[in-house]
Amino acid sequence: MESYLFYIVGTIAVLAAVYLIFERNPVFCALYLIQTMVCIAVLYILLEAQFIAAVQMIVYAGAIMVLFLFVIMLLNIKGDEESKRSFPFRKIPAILMGIGLLTVICIILKSKLLQGKQDVYTVAHIESLGNTQLIGNLLFTDYLLPFEITSILLFVAAIGAIMLAKRKL
Amino acid sequence: MNKELFIFIIIASVKVLLVFGAVQFMVIAMIWLERKIMAHMQVRLGPMRVGPHGLLQPIADGIKLLFKEDIIPQKASKFLFILAPIMTVVPALVTFAVIPFGDTITIFGRSIDLVITDINVGFLYVFAVSSLGIYGIVMAGWASNNKYSLLGGIRSSAQMISYELTLGLSLIGVVMLTGSLSLVDVVNEQSTLWNIVMQPLGFFIYAASAIAEVNRCPFDLPEAETELVAGYHTEYSSMKFATFFMAEYANMISVSAIAVTFFLGGWQGPFLPPVVWFMIKLSACLFFFIWIRSTYPRLRYDQLMYFGWKFLLPLSLLNILITGLIMVIKG
Repeated sequence: MESYLFYIVGTIAVLAAVYLIFERNPVFCALYLIQTMVCIAVLYILLEAQFIAAVQMIVYAGAIMVLFLFVIMLLNIKGDEESKRSFPFRKIPAILMGIGLLTVICIILKSKLLQGKQDVYTVAHIESLGNTQLIGNLLFTDYLLPFEITSILLFVAAIGAIMLAKRKL
Repeated sequence: MNKELFIFIIIASVKVLLVFGAVQFMVIAMIWLERKIMAHMQVRLGPMRVGPHGLLQPIADGIKLLFKEDIIPQKASKFLFILAPIMTVVPALVTFAVIPFGDTITIFGRSIDLVITDINVGFLYVFAVSSLGIYGIVMAGWASNNKYSLLGGIRSSAQMISYELTLGLSLIGVVMLTGSLSLVDVVNEQSTLWNIVMQPLGFFIYAASAIAEVNRCPFDLPEAETELVAGYHTEYSSMKFATFFMAEYANMISVSAIAVTFFLGGWQGPFLPPVVWFMIKLSACLFFFIWIRSTYPRLRYDQLMYFGWKFLLPLSLLNILITGLIMVIKG
């Protein structure tokens, strides 16, 4: 049952991602990206990670993509105008960066260093503790430093955004 | 098929049908009640001709909308134009899946929880689903290929993003007191004392941002009829328009149900059966919506943004801080 669901949802996610790349109209691109995000949330649920699934929906599918759509609609970007204005040799750096990203992903998937603890957090263990409680405990004990660094990063980004906006006022 | 699974499926489908049937009925009742209550508040009579006191007016309206010509503008993006009403109404209805509307009851020796499903991240689920409701309005605004619709869509996306934040933060205080994200636990925790007593500030913030989140007066800028014709649903007619209308009312009912669950003790109450208590509290919240609508004028757009970001957001953060402090002091 679960594996069937995985294949169905995974196929939809990949198809939406492909459409996202080949679609000309930016509004439809954003909608395909939302579709992919929602599919990923479903995959998290299949992995028994309900908390992450809910957060994925709220943050990515809910908040960030609404902002994307908002900006696209506010600027009223049309597909054809956008492609004329962009610089001519964009395909070559795009391909190079794509290959670079793919290698990084492959390295992460293969390396032992970046894999989490195995056999500790089984489904039974997670269910006995509760999904949210487990993540909360881990964030404030084992992964406190990365957590704090991320929050500082977000804070700096917020200050940067305010600086950029204020300069234009 | 195995027998336990079969019984489970039957119970689940009956619950789903009951809840959605009740919500649909309430939507129809709300349309009539809103017109009547507002009319009486403004010293009018409201609909009087169809049935006693206009009681059959919603049915007459429904039949009228059903037989109206369904117009799709020529330059509209057809697929999104049709998808948009569906995208608004589905999230509004799906929220009810986690709201407990009664205590556990026993039928034929089988105990049944009066909630469609109790998930351990119910609180987050509500927000995940309601945050998707924006897309319907945004899609409608964009797909209509109409300037007024687009303005309405842009306004609503900005407004709903701003107020979703305070909506979520206002409930954090309750979650801190309960120590659980499950809505069933939140209700059980309130058996002695309702959360509105412990979290008056949280309730105020929730009420203000909930009205903004469902685009009701005085925050109904996305469809401000005096400036934007009808906002995002200007180009819609027939049943598609009716679907938007239904979504608005279903959204109202769902945010009221969340208010009842989080602040007003859910189905808890003396003497009367739990489901009746839940309905009484829900009706009180819905009446409050109508009351507000017939009392206050619409805000200006900059006032709306100012109120959301510079007043409600700091207030909700303060509420969380105070709640945390008191919890630490009390131990």
